[in-house]
Amino acid sequence: MNEVKIKRSILGRLIPGLTSLVKKGPSGWIVILGIVIVLVLVVMTSIGPWIAPYDPNKRVGPIRASPSLQFPMGTNHLGQDMLSRILWGGSTMLQVSALSVLVCFLIGVPLGLFSSYAGGMFDRTCSLVIDAVYAFPGLVIAIAIAAMLSPGVINMALSIAVVYIPSYFRIVRSQVLSIKELAYVEAAQAAGAKWYTTLFRYILPNVIPSIVVVVTINFADAILTAAGLTFIGLGLSIDIPDWGWDLTSGRTLIASGAWWVITFPGLMIILLALGFTFIGEGLSELLNPKLQR
Amino acid sequence: MIRLPLVEIDSLVVDYLASRGKVRAVEDVSFYLEKGEKLGLAGESGSGKSTLGLSLLRLVPYPGIIVKGCIKIDETDIAKLPEHEMRSIRGKKVAYIFQDPMTSLNPVKRIGAHFVELIRTHEPTVSKEDALERAKTMLKNLGILPERINDYPHQFSGGMRQRIMIGLAIALNPDLVIADEPTTALDVIVQAKILDLLENLRKIYGMALILISHDLSILLERCDKITVMYAGHMFEYASSIELHKAPKHPYTQGLLQSIPNIEVTDQKLSAIPGSPPNMLNPPKGCRFWPRCSYAKEICRVKEPTLIDIGHNHLVRCVLYSEKGAECE
Amino acid sequence: MFCIAKKVQNVSEIVKVEQLKKYFPVQKSFLEQMFARKISYVKAVDNVTFSVRKGEIFTLAGESGCGKTTTGRLIVRLIKPTSGKIYFNDADVTNLKGERLRLLRRKMQIVFQDPYASLNPRMKIGDAVGHPLEIHSLAKGEGKKKLVLDVFDKVGLTPPEQFTSLYPHQLSGGQRQRAALARSIILKPEFIVADEPVSMIDVSLRTTIIDLMLGFRKELGLTYLFITHDLAVAKYISDRIAIMYLGKIIEMSSKENLFLKSLHPYTQSLLSAIPIPNPERERKILELKGEVPSAINIPSGCRFHPRCPYEKAECAEKEPELVEVEKDHFVACNSY
Repeated sequence: MNEVKIKRSILGRLIPGLTSLVKKGPSGWIVILGIVIVLVLVVMTSIGPWIAPYDPNKRVGPIRASPSLQFPMGTNHLGQDMLSRILWGGSTMLQVSALSVLVCFLIGVPLGLFSSYAGGMFDRTCSLVIDAVYAFPGLVIAIAIAAMLSPGVINMALSIAVVYIPSYFRIVRSQVLSIKELAYVEAAQAAGAKWYTTLFRYILPNVIPSIVVVVTINFADAILTAAGLTFIGLGLSIDIPDWGWDLTSGRTLIASGAWWVITFPGLMIILLALGFTFIGEGLSELLNPKLQR
Repeated sequence: MIRLPLVEIDSLVVDYLASRGKVRAVEDVSFYLEKGEKLGLAGESGSGKSTLGLSLLRLVPYPGIIVKGCIKIDETDIAKLPEHEMRSIRGKKVAYIFQDPMTSLNPVKRIGAHFVELIRTHEPTVSKEDALERAKTMLKNLGILPERINDYPHQFSGGMRQRIMIGLAIALNPDLVIADEPTTALDVIVQAKILDLLENLRKIYGMALILISHDLSILLERCDKITVMYAGHMFEYASSIELHKAPKHPYTQGLLQSIPNIEVTDQKLSAIPGSPPNMLNPPKGCRFWPRCSYAKEICRVKEPTLIDIGHNHLVRCVLYSEKGAECE
Repeated sequence: MFCIAKKVQNVSEIVKVEQLKKYFPVQKSFLEQMFARKISYVKAVDNVTFSVRKGEIFTLAGESGCGKTTTGRLIVRLIKPTSGKIYFNDADVTNLKGERLRLLRRKMQIVFQDPYASLNPRMKIGDAVGHPLEIHSLAKGEGKKKLVLDVFDKVGLTPPEQFTSLYPHQLSGGQRQRAALARSIILKPEFIVADEPVSMIDVSLRTTIIDLMLGFRKELGLTYLFITHDLAVAKYISDRIAIMYLGKIIEMSSKENLFLKSLHPYTQSLLSAIPIPNPERERKILELKGEVPSAINIPSGCRFHPRCPYEKAECAEKEPELVEVEKDHFVACNSY
């Protein structure tokens, strides 16, 4: 077994990584499919504002025009180009979701770690509070908080974040509780490691795989919740192009036959959420240890 | 007079088709077992002994498949039998005692119900009362108070649960019982009691027994014949007395020299160097050559064949020829 | 901080435990907590006293649930005793905390039973084995690397450079246990608790690990507390053996005395039940009544009396003390 150490470039590591994913069977393919979908949409929405043919907030064409060469996704009841709105709206969507996932992660994971490692009254109190939040339907909490705060990307992200902190907390906590009892953690303690060394070098690295899955599923959920919030008119002001708002306006327009206003934003939301779900579910399949003798 | 054996295995090959590659868990295993005989299957982890035991019931878990070879139980080749016919063999002709008694019993079912369901599935004409009576008799034979027939599994200790498992295996009076590591999770006193129980029941009901264990001491004590397996291969097969007095295969010799015996004063134990092979990529030729002190050039290249060296003693090693003499 | 040995003893005692107790409270449901008057305890370790002499291999043997593993963990201070004292090199270390405890840990190490759980799956074994050096700031960089390679060589994971960059899942059970052994000796401790170090390893590899441990005793001047349920292994490796039952030591003596003239009925039964790898040998097992009772409801008087074939009237009332019946042979039985 001769190991020669070469400093590989990121790309050099990526190709074998992807090929091994393909080899792993259906769960590997799902992950790749999810990654592709998400990448395409992310790229599309990031360069969206530059490649959008029109200003999404300006009336640029006839109202309720069906899809044509000039307006590939038609126009809405305000004469705004749907394609431009989709491209701009996507970036808003992603910003909100990404921010909420980040906040969730930065609060939920450390809280879960410290709470379960410390144990005792601190752990019981935290769990009680978190469980109380968890008991509420997510959308209801998001609505309540979004209604209290003024509209804006950051505030919307915060109201969504609160909904998902319990998920991170609970998963991290249950993992830590079981890992805490394992022999290698005891070995670290027996060697004289301080509590933060044990927590961050022995326990945390083994919790990360389960967190990765939660992050991706969280992303998918956040997108749907964000769309839900803007659907009922909360969270963002009207002059920011947004898929959820398009859904609302599209709903009423269906009656008059303008199917494209609701369909395209709806499709985008589903696709983005699906992409993240694929990654999460696929990873969850792969990371679940299937011990075969 | 030709005695037809109860179990006859010929050139059995079992593979596991894992995502990482093919694992040949059992390769070219052949032996036979007479009615009422006790055979020990010895081997360490990865030797294939459990797979072999499971294949006798066609219970090899996915993704394992029986690739080739025949498994004859009372003249019927069960390797090719359709599943519905297999079901009438399992439990009735061949019974299996699993390793872990903790999880093998249904926690929400009373012990009596376990027995009744088993008996009435295979013998539908038996009434519930009769089945219950048989269960109570079985409990007596197991050394458990018959009044406990209505208790739940969690009310019994580990040792007692293992006895109930044994009772369930024998309830239908099968011809062959396969016990897979029946004592690994148990303490040595309970272990001895369980093995004694198995032997007593075997005498009463006249079954053949295959005992699977990594503990060669138990097999030497309790079995008539022993098969030593390593990395899927049968390395040696002989009566336990013969195996103990004159082990032929270097692996068997090494194993015997590494088992502590409390009756020997100042025992010198020796170790077998190296470790069991990775079954995804076993060594070419004889699978034991990297650890064998007698390894020759040919061992790295050619897999030795199973040879009968007389007195029903089979060895798979290049050191032995047909005539039964050691060759250099 | 650690005093020199008492002048009274000829041989110094490196570890001593006195009247050690560890009771675990039983978790009760809310209703039970309201209506029950007492809390019941699992008396895992119930008044254990013994000492380990420098340089010897002292074995704690017994069946599962007897308290031997808990005792081992108490000694290396992984769990806190309910009462009793622990001495290391004649210094009381029972309640040591903080920096002093960390200094103690350099001298006392533990090897665990399960090679599949005692190594961090996310750490290369080279890093895992070298981590104790980092924790105690004993070596860094090149110096640490050299010490790690050196200790890998000692445990037979050669060539060392190859093994240090592997993860635990790339090793077999026997190799993992060697790595765990390497980790335990890298700090050059004086005392190692080995908790069933070979019971989860293949038979053909056990002797290798045991021989390694015996070798280190000579080479590094180590003392071992060996914990096992396998008396055959105990006979091979030990100098002195103590048999535990339901949290108490019921017999303690040199290895020879234990196997040749065991006194306690439990010991005799245990020894009679060990399989002998000889098909021509018939043995008679000393039968015991019943099964091991739960450690929550320990029988009154001598805790072994319900199962004892020689039970007398007083055994249900009087709990026997561990007394020295002959030189260095202790037994806790009302018949002595």
